[in-house]
Amino acid sequence: MSKTRLGQTPSQTVGPFFHFGLPYEGDSNLLVGDAQGQHIVVEGKVTDGAGEAVPDVMIEIWQANAAGKYDHPEDTQDKPVDEGFHGFGRCATDKEGIFRFQTVKPGAVPGPGNSLQAPHLVTFVFGRGMLKQLLTRIYFEDEAHNANDVVLGLVPDERRGTLIARKTNSSTYRMDIVLQGEGETVFFDY
Amino acid sequence: MADVIPYNREEKSAQPPSLYPPYNSTVLRAPKQPLVILPHTLSEVTGPVYGHGRILPVDADLTKQHPGEPLGERIIVSGRVLDENGRPVPNTLVEVWQCNAAGRYIHARDQHPAPLDPNFSGAGRVVTDAEGNYKFTTIKPGAYPWRNHPNAWRPAHIHFSMFGPSFINRLVTQMYFPGDPLFAFDPIYQGIPDVKARERMVSRFDMDTTIPEWALGYKFDIVLRGRNATPMEH
Repeated sequence: MSKTRLGQTPSQTVGPFFHFGLPYEGDSNLLVGDAQGQHIVVEGKVTDGAGEAVPDVMIEIWQANAAGKYDHPEDTQDKPVDEGFHGFGRCATDKEGIFRFQTVKPGAVPGPGNSLQAPHLVTFVFGRGMLKQLLTRIYFEDEAHNANDVVLGLVPDERRGTLIARKTNSSTYRMDIVLQGEGETVFFDY
Repeated sequence: MADVIPYNREEKSAQPPSLYPPYNSTVLRAPKQPLVILPHTLSEVTGPVYGHGRILPVDADLTKQHPGEPLGERIIVSGRVLDENGRPVPNTLVEVWQCNAAGRYIHARDQHPAPLDPNFSGAGRVVTDAEGNYKFTTIKPGAYPWRNHPNAWRPAHIHFSMFGPSFINRLVTQMYFPGDPLFAFDPIYQGIPDVKARERMVSRFDMDTTIPEWALGYKFDIVLRGRNATPMEH
């Protein structure tokens, strides 16, 4: 018995002129209040297949709070919601292709089966020349649990490092996003 | 915690490839490595409830954001945000942006020699109601040239951005107007493999929402991915 299924609306590029429509004041600062946990900066540079900086894409992130709880009704874990942190951020890259978020280091969250996923940011890249957005993840190099993460386990060994932000000082992590070519970031079919 | 209920996957014929050479800018921005197939986890089936606090009535009327009336053909765009099962997507943010009636964006990088309109910015935001309905008032955007290929013109369009119930539902698209002769020449529109699916991006003129002596009505429904509690069904 199959019901009529409606067809998905196709994706189209955000184009080059999204800057007056999508970015908003404070969009890249997820610390809306007195957010609990370690406050960090997550930054990176976006480059294209010619190795050139990409100054006109937009990055969006979605993440759990420091306790590993998503601010969403389908997260039924018995963990506290943080009134000072909702987990969504948006950042247009600057002239040098740099994006930068102020956020908290997320906690580990449940994964498939009874597994636990290492802390990560779900990350979308939107841009001119991209008919649909690309999905990737940002993990953190100083998390021992990366070794057991189910999603990282799906990624070929030699490419796994493209999803792991390096610590550049006590509170800053950097993960560059390479859209194409040498060191190409892993993107997901979701 | 129990495993999550996954969403449907991308409908391949309805969604564009990353690489579509007729649209030149895809050539250096499309991944060359195969995508890694991601199971949907709690990270994907949750998502932001975003923007509700800051929405003002003027955000839904792009003709009322300045002291004077913008030039152009006043239109009312309305429709529903639904999932593939036909269920409404309530309380979700819809962001729109567009050029003015002359085909010019209020953006420093838009060099098209058409006039800016001091009474039109071209950005709006609305939240769907309990039945997934949204509505906004604006002016009909113009077509404009771009440099993808010689004599390239974009069909008139309004950019739409939707969140939906989870981050996996995130969709950015463009709404077009019926009967535009530029569809046949536009690689962004043509980038959708299935001809029928392309037509889902075309609004329809609607007399019922046309307001006498005021504005023309256009209807545009948006369908986001749905999910099945019983994955065997399809």
